[in-house]
Amino acid sequence: MNDLNTKERPLSPHLQVYKWQLSSLLSITHRLTSVINTAGISIICFWIISLYLGENCYKYFSIFISSLIGKFVLIGFTWSFCYHLLNGIRHLFWDLGYGYELKTANLSGTLVLLSSFLVTLALWILA
Amino acid sequence: MVQFALPKNSTIQKGEYFSLQGESKNIKKVNVYRWNPESGQNPRLDTYEVDMDNCGPMVLDALIKIKNEIDSTLTFRRSCREGICGSCAMNIDGSNTLACTKSAKEIKGEINIYPLPHMPVVKDLVPDLKQLYKQYESVEPWMQSEVSGVNGVEKLQTVEDRSKLDGLYECILCACCSTSCPSYWWNGDKYLGPAVLLQAYRWIIDSRDDERKKRLKKVADELKLFRCHTIMNCTNACPKGLNPAKAIGSIKKMLVSADIS
Repeated sequence: MNDLNTKERPLSPHLQVYKWQLSSLLSITHRLTSVINTAGISIICFWIISLYLGENCYKYFSIFISSLIGKFVLIGFTWSFCYHLLNGIRHLFWDLGYGYELKTANLSGTLVLLSSFLVTLALWILA
Repeated sequence: MVQFALPKNSTIQKGEYFSLQGESKNIKKVNVYRWNPESGQNPRLDTYEVDMDNCGPMVLDALIKIKNEIDSTLTFRRSCREGICGSCAMNIDGSNTLACTKSAKEIKGEINIYPLPHMPVVKDLVPDLKQLYKQYESVEPWMQSEVSGVNGVEKLQTVEDRSKLDGLYECILCACCSTSCPSYWWNGDKYLGPAVLLQAYRWIIDSRDDERKKRLKKVADELKLFRCHTIMNCTNACPKGLNPAKAIGSIKKMLVSADIS
């Protein structure tokens, strides 16, 4: 009977039932921001390319960038970059063997999240 | 492979509702994952009303009460009822833990109980852990030493060396950590997972073992070891308060400086 049933065995639920932890949430955010960063760098590249493509092209790009949606995209990218950078530093500490205790990891994670917003804010106020 | 949705035969359907016979001021609803290999049907979620005034404090007590008094077909593993055998590991209230050491009172609202995540189900709350045991075997979890037992004298260890095993030897292999790990969900056939890697480290760091190099070489693999992305669900889940993420980090760190060629 066992052999008959092995292939038909259902898979127990995973993502569907597992509660998000701070650590897992920050981890998947790290991965998502890496994707966003790639897209963001492409936008910056296009900005530079638009210089070569002529006045009109650059003008249209500038209009898009200074629009509400454009601002949202740029601020979003700034945050994404800050988060990825800061959390990357957190990863470097792990690689050195520090910060694995649950309390420390939760604290460093919270700090990374908070400071990613603060640095984004500071950059946009200063720049 | 990453597959977020459950396969067709695994989606969970609405199950039966067992209301409490008699009166109680302290009713707790317990939702339990059920699957019977002989029914030919999909898994379902049954709900039991449990009178907590006449029930032990732990989630395992509630399960045993259900099996004894409400539905004897409910199937789950349990043995020591004191957190040392690891049999009753399951997903309770959204995270993996031992039913025998998880207080039912701590859980607000209904208690949701599922088998350990992303595992083939044998029946109800009993998962098939064959793969995990095979992986455990692959790290050769036994002492390997040429001089051990010479002249009938045991191999001694300094207090300091012995203390390196603290936080590792306590592991009861309940699989709560491995089955909480998304990397293990998506790559469980290749990635060894937190439980097995913690065990691997337990032998790597043992001063009495002579095969450190061989052991390190064995786990130094992009898939076996480096699928760990420090998500730390493992450490969050461990019912014994151990830190598999740290053990894995220690192996990674050792590999940087170790000569394993």
